Amino acid sequence: MRDAVGAVQSVLVLGGGSEIAQAIVDRLVGGRCRTVVLGARDITALSPVAARWQAAGATVDSFAFDALDPASHQAAVDAAFDAHGDIDMAIIAFGVLGDQATFDADPVAAADAARANYVGAVSASLAVASRFRTQGHGTLLVLSSVAGVRARADNYVYGSTKAGLDAFAQGLGDALVGTGSRVVVVRPGFVHGRMTEGMQPAPFATTPDKVADAVVAGLAKGREVIWAPAVLAPVFTVMRNLPRGVWRRVSAR
Amino acid sequence: MPPTPPEPAAVLARPHTAELTGWGRTAPTASDVRRPTSATELQRALPNGSPRGLLARGLGRGYGDCAQNSGGTVVETTDVDAFTIHDADPASDTVLVTAEAGASIDRLLHALVPQGLFVPVTPGTRYVTVGGAIAADIHGKNHHRKGSWCQHVTSLHLQLADGEVVEIGPDRDPELFWATAGGMGLTGVVLDATFACPRIGSSRLLVDTDRAADLDEVLELMASGDHAYDYSVAWIDLMAGGRATGRSVLTRGRFATAEEAAPAAGPDPYAYSAGVLASAPPFVPDGLLNKLTVRAFNELWFRKAPVRRRDELQTIPTFFHPLDMVGGWNRIYGPQGFLQWQFVIPFGAEATLRRIIEELSASGCTSFLAVLKAFGEADPAPLSFPAPGWTLALDIPAGVRGLGPLLDRLDELVVAEGGRVYLAKDSRVRPELVPQMYPRLDEWRAVRNRVDPQRRIRSDLSRRLGL
Ligand SMILES: Cc1cc2nc3c(=O)[nH]c(=O)nc-3n(C[C@H](O)[C@H](O)[C@H](O)COP(=O)(O)OP(=O)(O)OC[C@H]3O[C@@H](n4cnc5c(N)ncnc54)[C@H](O)[C@@H]3O)c2cc1C
Ligand SMILES: NC(=O)c1ccc[n+]([C@@H]2O[C@H](COP(=O)([O-])OP(=O)(O)OC[C@H]3O[C@@H](n4cnc5c(N)ncnc54)[C@H](OP(=O)(O)O)[C@@H]3O)[C@@H](O)[C@H]2O)c1
Repeated sequence: MRDAVGAVQSVLVLGGGSEIAQAIVDRLVGGRCRTVVLGARDITALSPVAARWQAAGATVDSFAFDALDPASHQAAVDAAFDAHGDIDMAIIAFGVLGDQATFDADPVAAADAARANYVGAVSASLAVASRFRTQGHGTLLVLSSVAGVRARADNYVYGSTKAGLDAFAQGLGDALVGTGSRVVVVRPGFVHGRMTEGMQPAPFATTPDKVADAVVAGLAKGREVIWAPAVLAPVFTVMRNLPRGVWRRVSAR
Repeated sequence: MPPTPPEPAAVLARPHTAELTGWGRTAPTASDVRRPTSATELQRALPNGSPRGLLARGLGRGYGDCAQNSGGTVVETTDVDAFTIHDADPASDTVLVTAEAGASIDRLLHALVPQGLFVPVTPGTRYVTVGGAIAADIHGKNHHRKGSWCQHVTSLHLQLADGEVVEIGPDRDPELFWATAGGMGLTGVVLDATFACPRIGSSRLLVDTDRAADLDEVLELMASGDHAYDYSVAWIDLMAGGRATGRSVLTRGRFATAEEAAPAAGPDPYAYSAGVLASAPPFVPDGLLNKLTVRAFNELWFRKAPVRRRDELQTIPTFFHPLDMVGGWNRIYGPQGFLQWQFVIPFGAEATLRRIIEELSASGCTSFLAVLKAFGEADPAPLSFPAPGWTLALDIPAGVRGLGPLLDRLDELVVAEGGRVYLAKDSRVRPELVPQMYPRLDEWRAVRNRVDPQRRIRSDLSRRLGL
């Protein structure tokens, strides 16, 4: 159960290899979390983190999960809930950034990114939401991105998948009002890590650990949207309202 | 209850899904809520609970998640509230009352006081039900003399998880009776209870007030003088630091005789009126209670109290239930809600008590007046909270930064002294500490397993703490 100060006792991560999600779980395990369930494409790669959380006193379990196979999502999520009892929090963490030039040359690759980031997140979130409704509580943490606030010429495929995901997550959150469950949307900026390796950092670049700190603080405060870092909230309010031509220049790298 | 008009019975009997919280308004969860309107209907609820179990709920004055059952059934007892005052020998000190589980102390007092009777124990609010009083084995300002609620219960009817109704009491299946006392609703649904109510000489109290400049002084006053009073409690200002750490206002008293009460009470010594004078606004923004406003309030309140006053006549609501004068005051903490932390540590652990108060005051977290009291002997219930020692209770806004780790640290100090926190108020204790705080937990579990092997009775508290 979630407690009065926002701590949870169990967490399910879809996209268990995500650096940001792992930094969040580190903090949850440092608090009340004693059950960690990870869904990932490659579960063998998870052994080191699993060992770390087990050493901290948590039970860790993992299962095969592919965002690109929505038909499998409900069964996979059901199995996780059935095996571990109540799941207090689920994190939709999977996502691919891709490369706009590659997408321009390979429309199918672009569609695959959309299928993973948006389509897969829709089916996975709904699978979790149906279990949350049954258990009468739960927090769905959705890793969106500031890239979805306004699409940029140099990554609009990715940006549009996050825009769709973000809108979906907000709608789902509103739909869940009164069910004891809720959706928290996380909008990180540029995060140093695997996904952004070799790229030139954007202003206000941050790290998975800092994003995780912001998430934990936001959860304790009962936030519905968490920007990381927090300054991106006002920054993107301005960005979203810039005239198109100005935005084109500002967002060009 | 605050003045909300009752909904038509037909609507209430039908189950509906609703989000529930405790008084602290944190961690809402949804359940299938039923509100039976008769004892027969109440009894029908248990066998028809959902796969995630069933739980009884009274007036929701538990602070945390004890009266919630996420995804399961919650039966609100508040419309099952009939009671009978039995005939008694006029020479006897007490009169037996049999009340259905949903009867509130508020309703009881309106009937009892005019007949020269009082409830054996009252908490700081009169909006609690008889069922809730038993499930939390509640204590009041008279604990040092009269113990907790269940020590005054002679028998009760409990519906078990399989639907069977049993009559239990201190001499009738005492194991189950004491597991039900303080058992947080997890042994079954209390249908009704019979308890002994003391006679009173008037509806007024004779109250002595002492203002104590610091913790040492208030502890000394209580240790040396509480035995002379029926009721005793100190309000302590946790925001005062330095030499003022622990400054308090101690109020102690007893019921006045009719002659003593006459100057204030007028012709009818048992006149009793209790109502809600004001209501908190329905929506309050975050952060209304900040360090400055609370500090200012506490300062004002401390200065207003007399340094020493004797034999002041006070009414029952003023002495026992001052908070009830503002309806829905829990909303002033804003949408994030608040929590109450209440612990008890044995006498002799005053150094730890001081350290906890110093840490709270240094943490700068905003807390209105906290309550300090000396408990008397414990009763035989394995999960009952009160035990001989000092108990401190304080409200804190839930959103305070670092609150979780702070209270975790303080819990460790409490446990190291052999103390515990109160489950009826808990919303965040580390589950691993519960068996240390309640060393007889396994004894209680054995009884619970006997009457509910399939765990059909569940609460969010029991899930969170693995009870
Ligand atoms: C302002 C305030 C002051 C308070 N002061 C004190 C105090 O001085 N001393 C003290 O001891 N407590 C105090 N409390 C706590 C309160 O007395 C207890 O939490 C009490 O249990 C609340 O009763 P309720 O009817 O609201 O029960 P709820 O909060 O609805 O339920 C509390 C528990 O009782 C169980 N329960 C309710 N009805 C039944 C039933 N029919 N059968 C079985 N289980 C049942 C529930 O499952 C739950 O576990 C205070 C609370 C507030 C808000
Ligand atoms: N890094 C940033 O700058 C940034 C900024 C804003 C938002 N985000 C978002 O935050 C989330 C986590 O990102 P991160 O920084 O932690 O990056 P990350 O470490 O690369 O994590 C992304 C994870 O998604 C998984 N994944 C990709 N496709 C999948 C599929 N089809 N099925 C299952 N899992 C799949 C990857 O699995 P493998 O381990 O198998 O590759 C990887 O573990 C993503 O949604 C990302 O879009 C990131």
